[in-house]
Amino acid sequence: MSVEAVTPEDALLRVSDLKIHFPIYKGVFRRKIGDVKAVDGVSFEIRRGETLGLVGESGCGKSTTGRAVLRLYDPTSGDVHFEDRDIAHLSNSEMRQMRPRMQMIFQDPQACLNPRMTVGAIIAEPLMEHTSMREAQRKERVQELLEAVGMNPNFVNRYPHEFSGGQRQRIGIARALALDPDFIVCDEPIAALDVSIQAQVVNLLEDLQDQRGLTYLFISHDLSMVQHIADRVAVMYLGKIMELASMEDLFSQPKHPYTQALLSAVPVPDPATEAKRERVILTGDVPSPSNPPEGCVFCTRCPIAQKKCFTEPPEWRELQPDQFVACHFAQ
Amino acid sequence: MGSYAIRRLLFAIPTLLVISFIVFGILDLAPGDPTGQLPLTIPPEVREQIREALGFNQPFIVRYGLWLQQFLINEPLNLLEKTCDGTWCADWFASSETRLRVTSWSTRSPVVDLIIERTPQTLWVVGMSYVVGILIAIPIGIVSAYKQYSIFDQVGTFISMIGFSVPTFFTGVLMIVIFSVQLGWFPSVYDTTLVVNDWPSFWLQVKQMIMPVMVLALFNASQLSRFMRASMLDNLSQDYVRTARAKGVAEKIVLLVHVLRNSLIPVITVIALSIPQIFGGAIITEQIFRVNGLGALLINGIQSADYPLVQTLTFLFAVLIVLFNLIADLLYGMLDPRIRYD
Repeated sequence: MSVEAVTPEDALLRVSDLKIHFPIYKGVFRRKIGDVKAVDGVSFEIRRGETLGLVGESGCGKSTTGRAVLRLYDPTSGDVHFEDRDIAHLSNSEMRQMRPRMQMIFQDPQACLNPRMTVGAIIAEPLMEHTSMREAQRKERVQELLEAVGMNPNFVNRYPHEFSGGQRQRIGIARALALDPDFIVCDEPIAALDVSIQAQVVNLLEDLQDQRGLTYLFISHDLSMVQHIADRVAVMYLGKIMELASMEDLFSQPKHPYTQALLSAVPVPDPATEAKRERVILTGDVPSPSNPPEGCVFCTRCPIAQKKCFTEPPEWRELQPDQFVACHFAQ
Repeated sequence: MGSYAIRRLLFAIPTLLVISFIVFGILDLAPGDPTGQLPLTIPPEVREQIREALGFNQPFIVRYGLWLQQFLINEPLNLLEKTCDGTWCADWFASSETRLRVTSWSTRSPVVDLIIERTPQTLWVVGMSYVVGILIAIPIGIVSAYKQYSIFDQVGTFISMIGFSVPTFFTGVLMIVIFSVQLGWFPSVYDTTLVVNDWPSFWLQVKQMIMPVMVLALFNASQLSRFMRASMLDNLSQDYVRTARAKGVAEKIVLLVHVLRNSLIPVITVIALSIPQIFGGAIITEQIFRVNGLGALLINGIQSADYPLVQTLTFLFAVLIVLFNLIADLLYGMLDPRIRYD
């Protein structure tokens, strides 16, 4: 696989050939009988200040990629460069030093907050861990952060269960912002929220990006939301990236048959167009990630698959500037 | 929370009255005769007189009413009299001589005095076994959950399975055979008359406590460590743990502050609910090591059909169970901010 031709100083994060395999144990003696290849050779980079959308159906390895990028999982192989440090191979204590610069917003805003800590304690904890701020400064900072995410700063002494889903997600965002990170992984931050709240949270994320120059990896299965927020989009299927392109290119001229199928499933809010919309219906199910097909992983469901696809993994090709596709026949 | 506790306590009164009535009824229906253990040479008419003297021939409801009056009115008044003795309220509750007390049929001494006499042994031995059990179980539970499926976890699971499934009357006798008979390290009989007033006697007390305490602690710890492990595993897989790691919190703090505190909530409730069992005494273990605590008292009472003693002890256990249920609920409310009583 070739690495994209972008000058190193542009890229905040570069992932090359990242693999994360989870072992499967079975039987009385718990012998290892195989691997779930959750992420199987993924390469991409995220430029400073941009938002990279990562889309795909459930179980394709989006969240695993997001967590591995922050070293919440240890990669099986491959590198993750943050600026010029390879964080995939740092020791735990060295990694802890890097944590303030990279944070995560989780999908489930209820489960990701410790139910026994007050909002103030949750947001202040990273400050206690990584800065030498005094009590009063921390308090001030927590209130400032709550205000930044549009919440009443007097809520510091309340517990997470006293808030609604959208408010909790704001708390999660405030917590992620506490240490002024450069890079935030948003792991389906809006999937658990009502549609009306989704827009609020996404707009908040965009505003914060403008104010603080944040870089996002935005994981989602909601294509219209990705279209709204992302600068570039990567489409994942069964642990591999199928297509990576700028948002405009990907949505106007998708090259990979999987991307085409995904986009054809997005409803259009206009009855006239919607009536004419032609759907590419994929047949069959996603193969098991513990036993992916040989050749192209998409070959079992691909409408244009040919003999070659079943034997030979496709090359990562740059079809046109900044549009990469892993397909033998895409043009 | 205060009004909630008071409401619960008020509800407890009818519950306990019903329990006392049921226990009294069951005892009355059970076969047994307070004169059953007397020599066979005693003629039937004398036995009848003994029963009459004990009040055993009166109707059920009269005996129940008398017990209620003796235990729930007379005994508290006696207690008040004792605490007020020599103070300004001394003569409010005087005249204990005229008040009938609940009296044991087999020993002819007041049941309450018997219970007060037996409680310290039980609290020391059985209570200490709970403390030791908790101290063993919690670290084991934490480590086995954190290193799930490791050798430590497997060995811990195996040992707790043994501790859980092998009854105390077996482990107790086994320990006596090994440590008293073969090695001669510890005495096999618990000496209640031992007075601890210097280091050698303290050492003797420790030596005679070790075996009963360890037998019970093994049993308690094996249950509790499984509980702790399950609760830890539950919390370790929660998202907030991942959040804490993503914050860059040190692993020790993730484990001991975030995970442990949340995992302890159900475990503390289990501990609080099992405290009445301490007072119940581990009946079998007390018998094996001849600890004459409350468990031994209850067994003796049952064997000699000493109804007032059994009735009073059983009722006191019921009171403790109701009380600690309430305490467990209140603890839950204090530990878990999601639960509020009002």
